[in-house]
Amino acid sequence: MSELVVIDLHATVAGTPILKGVTLTVRSGEVHALMGRNGSGKSTLSNVLMGRPGYEVTAGSATLDDVDLLALPTWERARAGLFLAAQYPTEVPGVQVTDVLEAAFTASGRDPALVPGRMAEEADAIGFDRAFLRRAVNVDLSGGERKRNETLQLAVLEPRIAVLDELDSGLDVDALRAVARRIELATSGPQPLGVLAITHYSRLLQELHPDVVHVFGDGRILESGGPELVDRLEAEGYASRA
Amino acid sequence: MSTAVDSGPFAHLGEALAGRQLPSTEAEEWRYSRVTSIDPTRFVRRGDDPVDESASSAAEAIAAEAVASIGPVSGVAVVVDGIVVRSELGSTAVDAGLRVHAASVDRAATDAVDVFVEVNAVVADAELRIEAPRGVRAEEPFVVVHLVTLDGLVVAPRVRIELGDDSRVAVVEVHRSLGDVDALVLPVASCDIGRDATLRHVVVQDLSTELDVVAHVSATVGQSGTYDGWVAALGGRYARLRVDCRLGGRGAAGTLAALYAGIGDQMHDLRTFQDHLQRDTTSSLSFKGAVDDRAHAVYTGLIRIHPDGRGSNAEQSNRIMTLSDDAWAESVPNLEIEHNDVRCAHASTVGPVDADQRFYLESRGVPAEVAERLIVAGFFDEVLERSPVAGVAGLVQPRLAELLGGGAS
Repeated sequence: MSELVVIDLHATVAGTPILKGVTLTVRSGEVHALMGRNGSGKSTLSNVLMGRPGYEVTAGSATLDDVDLLALPTWERARAGLFLAAQYPTEVPGVQVTDVLEAAFTASGRDPALVPGRMAEEADAIGFDRAFLRRAVNVDLSGGERKRNETLQLAVLEPRIAVLDELDSGLDVDALRAVARRIELATSGPQPLGVLAITHYSRLLQELHPDVVHVFGDGRILESGGPELVDRLEAEGYASRA
Repeated sequence: MSTAVDSGPFAHLGEALAGRQLPSTEAEEWRYSRVTSIDPTRFVRRGDDPVDESASSAAEAIAAEAVASIGPVSGVAVVVDGIVVRSELGSTAVDAGLRVHAASVDRAATDAVDVFVEVNAVVADAELRIEAPRGVRAEEPFVVVHLVTLDGLVVAPRVRIELGDDSRVAVVEVHRSLGDVDALVLPVASCDIGRDATLRHVVVQDLSTELDVVAHVSATVGQSGTYDGWVAALGGRYARLRVDCRLGGRGAAGTLAALYAGIGDQMHDLRTFQDHLQRDTTSSLSFKGAVDDRAHAVYTGLIRIHPDGRGSNAEQSNRIMTLSDDAWAESVPNLEIEHNDVRCAHASTVGPVDADQRFYLESRGVPAEVAERLIVAGFFDEVLERSPVAGVAGLVQPRLAELLGGGAS
């Protein structure tokens, strides 16, 4: 079993405090939804956890199975089992997804020769055109294709904990369903994935059934509860909580 | 065109210059260059003794390697220290009418854009001439291997490519050197492309990083003709390349692509001229470079639309990646437009590896230095794909990977 434990995390961007004491624990097999209005700091949390340059942690801790994530460079956080499905997946001209995943497998002591076969299987499972696998990373892909591409990489890399940053944006209903089903499958496998799904719509959560829902505002978690919180948010909005 | 350089016997290159100075960096075309580091008194012309057998066989081995990578070729020429050792055409190319031979240097036809081109014409014993008379189609590339083997020489590889109207030819030139030979190499390739003719021309400069190279490629393109030029500049301590593309006939087109990579203390110095002399001419230039360690790169490019250049369309893009704090690069695009009804676009960037791209790859578990290598390889991939001759990437990629695999000491 794996456990992402975030305690009283504070972070700034260009000197401005954005995270103001985030505390949460995500365990294997659990799906947590982190909901909040735009600009509340949800994406900052995902970037701070993954170590994107430009974010400074000023207090608190984040560990994955007792490994201090904040002390590691980004690629070692990934090797420790953390995955970030990016809100806006970056284009990397001339570099194929296969090259990336093979390099990641090599760095984590896995056999890179397994990558092409695994990619083909996963592409078929989520309805991602295999032809896209030979394209440069995210280049000339639509928003929806990019999100399928993120899901495919997640499935092949088999992380312990995945942060999904607005995975639903850009996806049509069918794609959303295919992607959500693949992630749900990962949460119930032999080494179940723990998920922190960041979103400001309930749409994703109708497909990806959360165990815990957190309401995020002003840089911290304001309220946590069960799935019923999604319906209340839907009815009342974020205004009364922010 | 007359030459100001003494063509008589000389003890060293300094004498041949007959009092003429090498350019100074105050001249715009030599700004930022390392031309002043060249000491002409250090270099002599090759004597008359025959080419050493081991040198010829080394050159033949490179030719075999090139042919293996490129696939079927129309023929091969092997040139050692500027001497044409072998030049052969396959029977298909002969039947098609292609002609290749070593000819005496036509100094009058020298395109004397600078003193190094003049010196080339004086130093070269002969030029390799590739001629396609009107209507000749020889699509399989002709491969020329230039090998530099001797220390202290000024070497003047010289190729002239002449395409008659409606002909089609491909030429691949490979420049290599033996070991860490220290020489001054002054390659000149001049191309004359007739009406409706198409030349695909590839130059792979993979010389030692212990020698200096000052190269000139020029193409003059006739009506509706096409010059498709592609260069990989990898070697050289100071490596200068000047490209002149003159679109001299209505509807003429020029495509210029290049990649360059420098490590250690190398300097790449690239100057390009896209001259639109006639109406409805098109040029497209796409250069990409990377410098690591303490390497330098400078690019200046000029698009000139002459008064008769109405309806011309010119594009120019140069992008340089700086891979270390001590690497330095400058990129200067220029436009000179003497007609209003034209379309010109230029783009120029100098900067480190994109931080977002690096983060994205690292977030998948790719170690930082591997991520950088993948991004740089991907950056060059687009240029490799544009090579007008298939199989050239196979000649360039291993050396490029070696250069960028971790830099020099």
